Amino acid sequence: MPRTEEGGEATVNVAVPGPAKIEFLYFADCPSHPEALELLRSVLDDHRVESEIDILEVTSDAQARTLAFPGSPTIRIDGRDVDPLGAAARPSLSCRIYRLPDGRASPLPTREQIEEALT
Amino acid sequence: MSLPLGSQAPAFLLHGVDGSDRSLASYEDAELLALIQSCNHCPYVLAWEGRMIALQRAYADRGVRLVAVNSNDASRHPEDGFERMVTHAAEQAFNFDYLHDPEQLLARALGSERTPEVFLFDRARHLVYHGAVDDNRDDSAVGRHYLAEAIDAALAGEPVAVSETPAVGCTVKWLS
Repeated sequence: MPRTEEGGEATVNVAVPGPAKIEFLYFADCPSHPEALELLRSVLDDHRVESEIDILEVTSDAQARTLAFPGSPTIRIDGRDVDPLGAAARPSLSCRIYRLPDGRASPLPTREQIEEALT
Repeated sequence: MSLPLGSQAPAFLLHGVDGSDRSLASYEDAELLALIQSCNHCPYVLAWEGRMIALQRAYADRGVRLVAVNSNDASRHPEDGFERMVTHAAEQAFNFDYLHDPEQLLARALGSERTPEVFLFDRARHLVYHGAVDDNRDDSAVGRHYLAEAIDAALAGEPVAVSETPAVGCTVKWLS
């Protein structure tokens, strides 16, 4: 443990590495993506994660299949979907259904889902 | 382009999830008719349809009929096929008709763009309100109940104060 000149313990700022890759995939016709991106950035800020977000617009059914894109928005952190259950849905150019803890449907993941994927 | 306010309701003949065919004339006894562009798989529809059920329940005895219409291309979006409509309506215990518009004739006549998107017609079947059910997909954060306010005004024979609002939701999935 580092010591101060007075002999006490020093505070050491340790850089915690963020995820290697954060992907944000969206379909422009689905209106949820600006709010979802704002939510993602807010969570990253709160957790002092400085990783870049790779933002990709999905524009065709073929691209959706290639990317295994289950709907907009899709957020992957180091390849892990923030909603693993929904990740298996059929690739589609459509809005994605997320489930809130109380069972209601939402076009956005929850803050908690994103946070959980970060850990 | 969406149907302009004041326009006459378009004629239609569509199959419903209850097995019956429905036309505009099927609802001639209704004081008000709300055609709601809808579907099975859109999260915005799923978020709002509980409120649609509640509205139908609240206004049924005053002659208001809500009718949901699914026009999405099921070849690209199999979740929106007719059999899934039947299942979805049963699972959600719809208290309103749910009609299939596979040729998208009604959607085109209405000029629908989103799901959900409301077209409220008065007793003379003139369009008096077009847009969203209310102002927030999160039912705990709703401030303005646009459709309910429009229904109240129309039932009272008064002008609808807010007659057009942006419909927020998924796009209608048009046939290629």
